[in-house]
Amino acid sequence: MQSVQSVKKPIRIKPGVVFIYVILFGWALTTIYSMFWIVNNSFKLSRDVMNQSFTLAFDPVMDNYTNAFDRINIGKSYLNSLIMSGSTVLLVLLFGGLAAYVLSRFQFRGRRALFSILYASLLIPAFATVVPVYELVIKWKIVNTYLGLIFPQTAGNLTFAILVLAGYMSTIPKELEEAAFIDGCNRWSLFTRILFPISRPAFASAAIFVFLWSYNDLFSALIFVNKETVRPIVALLSEISSQYGTDFGLMATAVSLTVVPVLIIYLFIQKYIEKGLTEGAVKG
Amino acid sequence: MMKGDRKYIVMFLLPAAAFLSIFLYYPFFKSMYLSFFRTKGFTTKTWVGLDNYVRMFSDDLLGAATLNTLELMAYVIIFQVGLALLLAILVDNITWGKGFFRMVFFFPVVISGTAIALLFVLFYNFQFGLLNTLLQDMGFDKVNWLSENMALKAVAIPTVWHYVGFYFVLFLTAMSKIPSDFYEAAKLEGITGIKKTFLLTIPLIMSDIKVVITLAITGTLKVFEFIFVLTRGQNDTEVLGTYMYKKALVDQNFGYGSTIAIYIVVFGVLLSLLANRLLKRDEITY
Repeated sequence: MQSVQSVKKPIRIKPGVVFIYVILFGWALTTIYSMFWIVNNSFKLSRDVMNQSFTLAFDPVMDNYTNAFDRINIGKSYLNSLIMSGSTVLLVLLFGGLAAYVLSRFQFRGRRALFSILYASLLIPAFATVVPVYELVIKWKIVNTYLGLIFPQTAGNLTFAILVLAGYMSTIPKELEEAAFIDGCNRWSLFTRILFPISRPAFASAAIFVFLWSYNDLFSALIFVNKETVRPIVALLSEISSQYGTDFGLMATAVSLTVVPVLIIYLFIQKYIEKGLTEGAVKG
Repeated sequence: MMKGDRKYIVMFLLPAAAFLSIFLYYPFFKSMYLSFFRTKGFTTKTWVGLDNYVRMFSDDLLGAATLNTLELMAYVIIFQVGLALLLAILVDNITWGKGFFRMVFFFPVVISGTAIALLFVLFYNFQFGLLNTLLQDMGFDKVNWLSENMALKAVAIPTVWHYVGFYFVLFLTAMSKIPSDFYEAAKLEGITGIKKTFLLTIPLIMSDIKVVITLAITGTLKVFEFIFVLTRGQNDTEVLGTYMYKKALVDQNFGYGSTIAIYIVVFGVLLSLLANRLLKRDEITY
């Protein structure tokens, strides 16, 4: 921007700048106020959510929260989500990390072909695999078990993770590896002691995105794990919208309970997310 | 190549290759195969050749779903990508509060589409929703937001809102990579403000805009949650994803469902190629 200072008036605010901030704060309001509105309403009785959704919940009622935990057992769904998405992340990072290591640090025939296959795989949406995968998980008797979601989601996120991790690893100087090799490291210990620690930022951002995509994936959850005992939180949310569509308080609470923990974690790990976006997604 | 590398190459690639083969490649080709069959559950299937594909072209519901998807895609490209670009340009031009806006604009991206859809259920509810309460307070009549001629637009709003922050961050990052001497040179030429944006910033991030539009196109083809939760595909809001779900998994018509899935893939590839062709430009490197 141009310098806005002149000699007589040291601080002069241009109207254009004010306009910019009005737009930016306007958009910010849509994200912040929506979150505030939903959390605020989760502390009201359904009747008040309907009639006075803008008033502040000065004396919060916890009815919706006891309902959420007792009647629809949201705690169990939380646990299911954490187990399934957590396992997916671990498997994707381990297998994706090893594959990325080979693809970025080894020279061998067919390496470029493998990369092309991986890029092409990004074009396969879940719709195009779901029927045979459904058949498979039924045949393996893992439908409506944790593995019934973990396995397909691991495969679904591997390509992205491999490409991000390989991209990062290929920027690490070769000398490091050579030195370690002379010191007696084999390929496995090179991976665990050199490549993995150096690539931690890439692993962190891949982990975050895989977790979010897995945690938020309604389509797969509806198909592979839609039984009360195993269903993750997104499937429960969609169930609430059809079963308890008139219980506004409960809906507000369920949304708050799903969203708030993620937002809090987001605030802490924000820098990794942006790093991952800039190093991974655009390159891919 | 170190000694014994071949062993490690195989060993390290094997788990990922196994997962991808079993749960991605094999099912993908199996879907193609299934698209040539008439099926009854998983038990019986009869080879029908191209019948499913012929049926597809006379399937009015699929045609409607395709048109709805395209309409949604137009909203996404114009408003989602457009807003993201606008917000990024604005944030790039301010000095105070950059970090704050980056953080806040990204909020919706980390939230699940399902939760956002549920939030909008509360906004759109006819009797007691936030929007109608506001309208009534201001003395207007209530509006049926999810009626036939408004539902798709109503669904488009949360869809667009969800990912604006994602593309915003991509654009902002691309802009921050533009070397500052470009801007200094422009300033000497007297190119500032809006002129600078159109003559310098946007052309310089054109390759990122291309990537984002491709992501937006393929992303719209995957839209599912918003429609599933808000309207269940009623009132002319069916899109390809929800239609495929209905055919393949609700009706358990695996053959025809697979045909639709293949159609979605081909459609996505064609649209991405088309977008890349239309936006073709000389890549700028710096």
